[in-house]
Amino acid sequence: MNGDAALLLLADSRLPAGGHAHSGGVEEAVRRGAVTGAGDLARFLRGRLATAGLVTAALAAAACELAASETAPVAGPGTAPRTGPATGPATGPATGPGTAMDGGGRDGQDGWELGAAHDPGAPPPGDTADTVSLWRRLDAEADARTASPAQREAARLQGRLLLRTARRMWPSAALDTLARAVPEGPHHPVALGAAAASAGCAPRQAALAAAYTSVTGPATAAVRLLGLDPVTVHRLLADLATALDDTARAACASLDDAIPEDDEPEECGHQGPQPGRPPAGHAAEQAAEQAAGHAAGHAVEHAAGHVAGHAAWQARWHARWHALPGHSAPALDLLAEGHLTNPMKLFVS
Amino acid sequence: MGAYHDDLHDAAEPHGRALRLGIGGPVGSGKTALVAALCRSLGPSLRLAVVTNDIYTTEDADFLRRAGVIDPERILAVQTGCCPHTAIRDDIAANLDAVETLEERFGPLDLVIVESGGDNLTATFSRGLADRQIFVLDVSGGDKVPRKGGPGVTSADLLVVNKTDLAPMVGADLTVMSRDAAAVRDGKPVLFTSIREDRGAHSVAEWATHMVDAWQREHGEPHHHAAHHTARNATEQAAQQAPAS
Amino acid sequence: MTTVTARALIRTEAAGGGRTRLETLRSDPPLTLRQTGPRRVHLVSTGAGPLRGDHLELGVDVAPGTSLEVRSVGATLVLPGLADAPSVMVVRARVGAGATLHFSPEPTVLAAGCAHRLVVRLSLAEDANVFWREEIVFGRHGERPGRGHARFDATVAGRPLLRQDLLVGEETVDDSPAVHGDARCVGSTLIAGPAWAPPAVTDVKRERRAVLGDGWAALPLAGPGVQVCALGADAVQLRVRLRHGEEAATASAPGAPPTGPHRP
Repeated sequence: MNGDAALLLLADSRLPAGGHAHSGGVEEAVRRGAVTGAGDLARFLRGRLATAGLVTAALAAAACELAASETAPVAGPGTAPRTGPATGPATGPATGPGTAMDGGGRDGQDGWELGAAHDPGAPPPGDTADTVSLWRRLDAEADARTASPAQREAARLQGRLLLRTARRMWPSAALDTLARAVPEGPHHPVALGAAAASAGCAPRQAALAAAYTSVTGPATAAVRLLGLDPVTVHRLLADLATALDDTARAACASLDDAIPEDDEPEECGHQGPQPGRPPAGHAAEQAAEQAAGHAAGHAVEHAAGHVAGHAAWQARWHARWHALPGHSAPALDLLAEGHLTNPMKLFVS
Repeated sequence: MGAYHDDLHDAAEPHGRALRLGIGGPVGSGKTALVAALCRSLGPSLRLAVVTNDIYTTEDADFLRRAGVIDPERILAVQTGCCPHTAIRDDIAANLDAVETLEERFGPLDLVIVESGGDNLTATFSRGLADRQIFVLDVSGGDKVPRKGGPGVTSADLLVVNKTDLAPMVGADLTVMSRDAAAVRDGKPVLFTSIREDRGAHSVAEWATHMVDAWQREHGEPHHHAAHHTARNATEQAAQQAPAS
Repeated sequence: MTTVTARALIRTEAAGGGRTRLETLRSDPPLTLRQTGPRRVHLVSTGAGPLRGDHLELGVDVAPGTSLEVRSVGATLVLPGLADAPSVMVVRARVGAGATLHFSPEPTVLAAGCAHRLVVRLSLAEDANVFWREEIVFGRHGERPGRGHARFDATVAGRPLLRQDLLVGEETVDDSPAVHGDARCVGSTLIAGPAWAPPAVTDVKRERRAVLGDGWAALPLAGPGVQVCALGADAVQLRVRLRHGEEAATASAPGAPPTGPHRP
């Protein structure tokens, strides 16, 4: 099983998970005259994909990786137990469709396949509180990349609806844990990544689904709102195909960028005993924070030497998420908040 | 929230929960007026909540809140992105979430009314969302509408023909409507009313009460679904034990 | 032409009686620091640039209970230069318990042909306060902007508060109505501290409402802070809009410490 068919289901606009009621900022852009036709829409979609699309793709890939590390999916009604992603993200498709289509020319060193060497791995046995807190942390990373409260609210609503649908389509322990961890609803890409893992998709496929839905929802909304020729708009989406592949690729690569190249060990002297550090009890957080500032191996040793194995394991996951892209789009923020003030809106967001 | 019920195999595990009543029909036929009327008539005897599916934002919900027929907190509005029928038939996730949110906040409830956005004659509720559904027509659409049929007219558990007071003015023959409806509805009931004259839509309210009674006889008295809250408490305890994150 | 590497450092210490003393003020040209008040330091650029290939780092360490204000004398003009590598400016700031940092340099102007990377790592203690403004101008008057990539990471006691990348001069985002629209400059201000903590979650997570103005918004974050974001046709309009947002953000937390904007 390589997840391709599951990916189609997951990305289908007919997936009954509430996506049809969101315009991704297009309704407000139309109201303000910022998007009036196919030309504007093309630029809107391209910019949205490069910002919100990349961020959601990376978060979805991270969530997929985490979910796949957790447990085997439980058997749904009338289905055989699945084994696909349970053995870890490294078992994703060795040659995904993306690599086949572009001739594999770009795969040299960009960390596009997520290997077990990078993945912090399955939790130590017997403590689900650990995975609950990891899901919360990943959701908090999504919060930190979503400055606009209107966008956080829309993301949580969509995530909640997707989670309820996914739990019936692809029941799994990871989805149950996620639901317990974030009862108000996780950010949509987090739910999407967890759903993707439960459906048997690899992180790259989760990223591709996230990138795809980040532009198809707004494109459909524009067709409805502006009465555009639907084929014209689908041509715009077709023109984005390469960018979608690239976005999914970059999203996955960013997971292996846990240590940014510019964040080498401090030399200018203010890395000594730290003022303002939280007192003991925040050991895992400290370890995670250290991991951002040091080489990975160093951080792991550092953490393992000072805190319990669970905390070190958590810190390795945390460190994996620090450098995920956070590409902001000020106009989308303003549009999302403006949308809430529109008394005659058709879409939720 | 609604995503966290333990049973995952059926959208609407019927045991011990409120009857979910969908109300659909064309734009302007009087769906919102009917919801208000039912709230007036049933409010004293049944524990109610309402989900509206507005075309534009929260207009219907606001109308109901202003009408003062139900605690405003018990009304949730769902937006449908230009496609009201999608939200009640093809992709019911947002409506289910709203229904279950109301049940969790105010449960146990006897009846949750889901009002669709105004749509066309083909729009019906998914059985995954509504246990029973009412389709509302009005006489001003012409007395031929029941004969034309369509899934709403033929399959709804109750067909309501509203604005009978206007029949003489628009030249609609109620006996024709009654006969045509009976012909396509295979014995399912049709009620004629004028909510403007009968502010409680008492005949419809009586039907709804029967439906609720029958539902509770079959599936038991509604009780509060505690599963979600239990899970959340357990999660909070776990969080207190785990390192802050 | 050779490239430049420089590391400058500002560090405060508590001097008793609630006062702040500048414990370290280490310039490293072209990053030149001048103390301009008891708790205030100005960054005085010496020499043009940064240019491609330059690597500049500024460390800011605000000790517990102290306060510091960092400004700059003028705008930073990022120029092309001959090297292939981008110019890099890294600011690492740590704000201790009960400490306050106000960081508001003048705008960064991305001149045509430049390639610039700005990296900010802001680490806040649980009850630290910060006011942090960034303004980026897309090229000098009438020119196409160079390329810029700003990454901002703010954590509170190790938890992520705000992580953002901002791209300028890329084909994908330039002129996109979703990103900068027709603006010529973009800015943001992070105002954070315990006074901006979201109310404790009881049952349902309810987001605080943003305050929205013409071309600006004050966005309450999920954590203890507000981000003001603004777009502008020019640097003057951008500053005006940011100030509106900063005032709205400050007003949203009555009793907050005075991290808000002082007159420049």
